[in-house]
Amino acid sequence: MIGITAFGGYIPRLRLSREAVAQANAWYAPQFASQKGERAFANWDEDSVTMAVAAARDCLGPSEDRSHVRCVLLATNTPPFAERLNSAIVAGALTLDDTVEAADLGGTQRVALAAVTQAIARSNTYKGDVLVLAADRRRTRAASPQELEYGDGAAALLIGRNNVLAELIGSATLSVDFVDHFRATGSEIDYQWEERWVRDEGISKLVPRVVAEALKEAGVNPDKVDHFIFPTSFSRMDAQVAKACGVRGDAIAQPMMERIGNCGAAHGLIMLANVLERAQPGQVIVLAQFGSGAQAIVLRATPLIAGFKPARGVSNWLSRGKEDRNYTRFLSFGGQLQLERGMRGEQDRKTALSTAWRNRTALLGLVAGKCRVTGSVHFPPSRLSYDPGAPLQDTQEPYRLADRAAHILSWSAEYLSYHPSPPHHYGQIDFEGGGRILMDFTDLDVGEVDSGTAMEMVFRIKDVDTVRGYTRYFWKATPARDESGAIKSGN
Amino acid sequence: MANGIKDKVAILGMGCSRFGERWEASPEDLMLEAYSEAMQDAGITPDQLDAAWFSTHMDDVGTGRGGTPMSIALRLPNIGVTRVENFCAGGSEAIRAAVYAVAAGACDIALALGVEKLKDTGYGGLPVATVGTYIPQWYPNAVAPANFAQVAAAYRYKHRVDPKTLKRAIAHVSVKSHENGSKNLKAHLQKTITEEQCLRAPTIAAPLGLFDCCGVSDGAAAVIVTTPDIARGMGKRNLVTFKALQIACSNGWELQGNGWDGSYFHTTRIAAKRAYEEAGIDRPREQISMTEVHDCFSITELVTMEDLFLSDEGCAVRDVLEGEFDASGRVPCQIDGGLKCFGHPVGASGIRMLYEIYLQLNGRAGARQLGGPSVGLIHNLGGQPSQNVCSISIIGGEGV
Repeated sequence: MIGITAFGGYIPRLRLSREAVAQANAWYAPQFASQKGERAFANWDEDSVTMAVAAARDCLGPSEDRSHVRCVLLATNTPPFAERLNSAIVAGALTLDDTVEAADLGGTQRVALAAVTQAIARSNTYKGDVLVLAADRRRTRAASPQELEYGDGAAALLIGRNNVLAELIGSATLSVDFVDHFRATGSEIDYQWEERWVRDEGISKLVPRVVAEALKEAGVNPDKVDHFIFPTSFSRMDAQVAKACGVRGDAIAQPMMERIGNCGAAHGLIMLANVLERAQPGQVIVLAQFGSGAQAIVLRATPLIAGFKPARGVSNWLSRGKEDRNYTRFLSFGGQLQLERGMRGEQDRKTALSTAWRNRTALLGLVAGKCRVTGSVHFPPSRLSYDPGAPLQDTQEPYRLADRAAHILSWSAEYLSYHPSPPHHYGQIDFEGGGRILMDFTDLDVGEVDSGTAMEMVFRIKDVDTVRGYTRYFWKATPARDESGAIKSGN
Repeated sequence: MANGIKDKVAILGMGCSRFGERWEASPEDLMLEAYSEAMQDAGITPDQLDAAWFSTHMDDVGTGRGGTPMSIALRLPNIGVTRVENFCAGGSEAIRAAVYAVAAGACDIALALGVEKLKDTGYGGLPVATVGTYIPQWYPNAVAPANFAQVAAAYRYKHRVDPKTLKRAIAHVSVKSHENGSKNLKAHLQKTITEEQCLRAPTIAAPLGLFDCCGVSDGAAAVIVTTPDIARGMGKRNLVTFKALQIACSNGWELQGNGWDGSYFHTTRIAAKRAYEEAGIDRPREQISMTEVHDCFSITELVTMEDLFLSDEGCAVRDVLEGEFDASGRVPCQIDGGLKCFGHPVGASGIRMLYEIYLQLNGRAGARQLGGPSVGLIHNLGGQPSQNVCSISIIGGEGV
């Protein structure tokens, strides 16, 4: 049996109020006045790589042993790097073994499904699992429909043969050059064709074909489909497709457009991860996607589905959102509004790549060194360990910190240095079981934290070298929050 | 411990430029101002100098690297000039080098001079420093106010101090320093301030407001040292001699270990203990007449009172609010106005602190002269709370 053995997702905390955007742009684009709901948007220090890492951690959980993951496929149309393997950054952050195969995929909105089918094929080759990740952080123009419609997010599926939660029982693909939208290499913004043509000639004709074929391969009648997932920004398009496919209306999965927007290449898997959280054993799930053709897979939940929970799950990420009515923040984080940085913003952020490589496990994987004699933990790891009066040489062993409980020892929030989201919060974080790092904080508001506040680690953009176009990553501390987004009480 | 430095080296002369936004002055001008006063005070000519140590921190915005900027600016007679740098404690490092050279017998007369020209950067605050290629890849792009503000957070947490009370105590630190600085014509800031002004000032790095931070200014200071015998031979009387010179440097324990609670300065406690031992001081609260401490931020001064064992642990808030360190208090602190009023031209500050205690011990401090001080302590801190260099020097009348 081959199928999904784990799943997870990630939605950024910030949710832009569409009403606030419409109000800000009313003088120019009054047609958006009736827009409701929110769209998820990435913090300034998030991109497709960091969101993919977050989704992967949601999927894999805090386990120390990730040796079962043998391949990582990152599906995104917004990779931070055109050259520098984005999926290898993710693999490093997840502390996967160096021998893992990592590959980036892109080019269509249905790229995540392409990754899933490739993963199925690969899992015949590997003895271990394939991690399929999908993430997108798409750029839009101010006052465009896409600005309101798009969202940012990521999802993860683990594909393998052991402990299958949902078996793949059918799939079908159509690859044709139907251009509903495009974006040239080097461009940032999508160019869209007329919606009515896309609906009538594209989606309505191509998607039912692949759904029918996948269901036929699965040997399932359309009316037996329990969850029908078709991510689309077009109003009631999912219902039209379901009807054309013969699928029951009550099987249509929640598209979440009102809450997070359309998260591009990730949206199908985000919806799937959300459905899998509540799917019952034996239920049939169809995921169909449109883009340069169409693709569909059919899954059947196994009895094991009832026993699996992602670390947080899409439902939890959904409820943890924080409404933001500040349109200029959204524009600034998206690089569409150049705010004054002051002289301190002139600092050169050039990255010494040789240094980065030498220290890759500490920088990407947040791996410290634990002295096997005294048990003390050092970050960054070093050849000499130090406990008062006892320097020891070459006694440190790799020790992962990313998933350990932590709290604030000391902190401040300052307005002096240039920071994309002032005030700049940072402080000393103490890890349970040992280890201390003076590090940046992220995803928090003024007054939310104090000494003692419980914190968690997140993989984020550390700095962007705007001169050379290089993004460097590291880990940051964020307050541990409950489902409602409220900060958990400190220790 | 080795024999130590006590009474082996005397101050022959000192000089200090006016500190401030010296738009009209180059670093060379500032050096000359401090040097001329020191040479006049010492009563010597340049050919009597055997060696010199030069403290400057930010070579990129100041004088440039090496010893030549000072040697050329002062037209020194081709003696050895060594640039030293140890963050904000560089001035004390230059003093230590000169004093040790004299104590070793390698030099009869040595000069230590520190200078910093900060006001050519185009903005307030300290310039952004470079820290190698690894640290920027993980460490926050931190600024000094937020590094030191963290001590306030940890101190408040540890001692369960009400935030408003702590804020009021650190405000008192600044009010006191401005009161002192108002009597000092060489200080950058010579106006008094009120507690209300401190409390209402804009936040720079929570909980530190504008008046919790020292100024940024240009300045230079110089000291000429020799042996007590040579000084006496030159007709000097009532010599001021070095009693202790100690530097403690962090080794990563505070930064990486889990033992330090962030509420105090580990190195200050170590250096203080060593300095008291070297100086033969066992009752600092009675034996130290006055202190010049590194009040880069008000919270630093407050916790330093505990780290110097002038307050019991957890009691500095009370002691500060009761005026123990005011000009009229038990152990006056920053009688010249401190970094708070002088600003912090990094390479010069350690020597500027020494200058004030030298003046006080000689009874030459004018309107701010204390009544009969005999021993003074200089605390000069470089770096930040979790990794720093702490210098503690003690000077006093010869034989005290």
